[in-house]
Amino acid sequence: MQVIVNISLKEGVLDPQGRATARSLGDLGFAEVDDVRVGKRIVLEINETDPARINQRVARMCETLLSNTVIEEYEIEIPDGQ
Amino acid sequence: MSISSMRVAIVVFPGSNCDRDMMVGIEQLTGRRPSLIWHKEATLDPVDLAIIPGGFSFGDYLRCGALAARSPVIDAVMDHAARGGAVMGICNGFQILLETGMLPGVLVQNAGLNYVCRNTAIKVQETVSSPFTANLEVGSDLVMPVAHNEGNYFASDEELARLDDNGQIAFRYAESDIYGPANPNGAAKDIAGIVSTNGRVMGMMPHPERAISKELGGVDGATLLQGCLEALAS
Repeated sequence: MQVIVNISLKEGVLDPQGRATARSLGDLGFAEVDDVRVGKRIVLEINETDPARINQRVARMCETLLSNTVIEEYEIEIPDGQ
Repeated sequence: MSISSMRVAIVVFPGSNCDRDMMVGIEQLTGRRPSLIWHKEATLDPVDLAIIPGGFSFGDYLRCGALAARSPVIDAVMDHAARGGAVMGICNGFQILLETGMLPGVLVQNAGLNYVCRNTAIKVQETVSSPFTANLEVGSDLVMPVAHNEGNYFASDEELARLDDNGQIAFRYAESDIYGPANPNGAAKDIAGIVSTNGRVMGMMPHPERAISKELGGVDGATLLQGCLEALAS
């Protein structure tokens, strides 16, 4: 089963990478861009089919390694049609 | 006890690159070579000081220090700290200590987006009783280099207030005529180094092991290391 973890910076945490990217987009003429936040997408292949159990296990992975909960939040997504 | 009897262990990860400099620095002071401990070791022989050196452990993959913080040796380091043992993390070692949760907060990318490699002056703060500051004069400046891309200390406002109230801020970047503007990376409250609530665990971004001889630009790093070893020996 494929499971996707989206990791983003919490609101209020400075994102220098996002800020630099926003500035570059502005320089390129994309004047409509007000703000950019850069995150991470981690794709897991998991030997497990029960969605409840997947959510519980992957949440634990996020808490122990995949994200730093001081500055990041995570979202677990199980794509349909698997 | 004299500092020549101090037993020091330096933990080594794939990608550590300041382990040898630290070994030379400690040996120069104590006359005794520290042991280098590979990250897969699950135990640590009794030591007076465990050091997590700088470098790019695991290539900084995922987040700086994240993978190293889950290495087997870290459990041994945490046990050592739980028994009141002293632990020092430098640069990537500081990032690792934060990832283990032994110290609060996180080091994010430098505000200026650039890797910063230059001498900095850091001012010794008044702290909770700690071997890392015990023999340093409060308010004095120490000069040593920083070399990092993620040295921008961040914590919640509540956590920062707690650090201040508890006397956990050990070193702050200081203004210096010679070494330029104070804060090289945007760190909150100009934080260059902090200690745990009991003062026994310390993490800092600047590199004392790179300031241990006059010929190489200064000895303030040796002053810091010596002060710490003497405090642990007394």
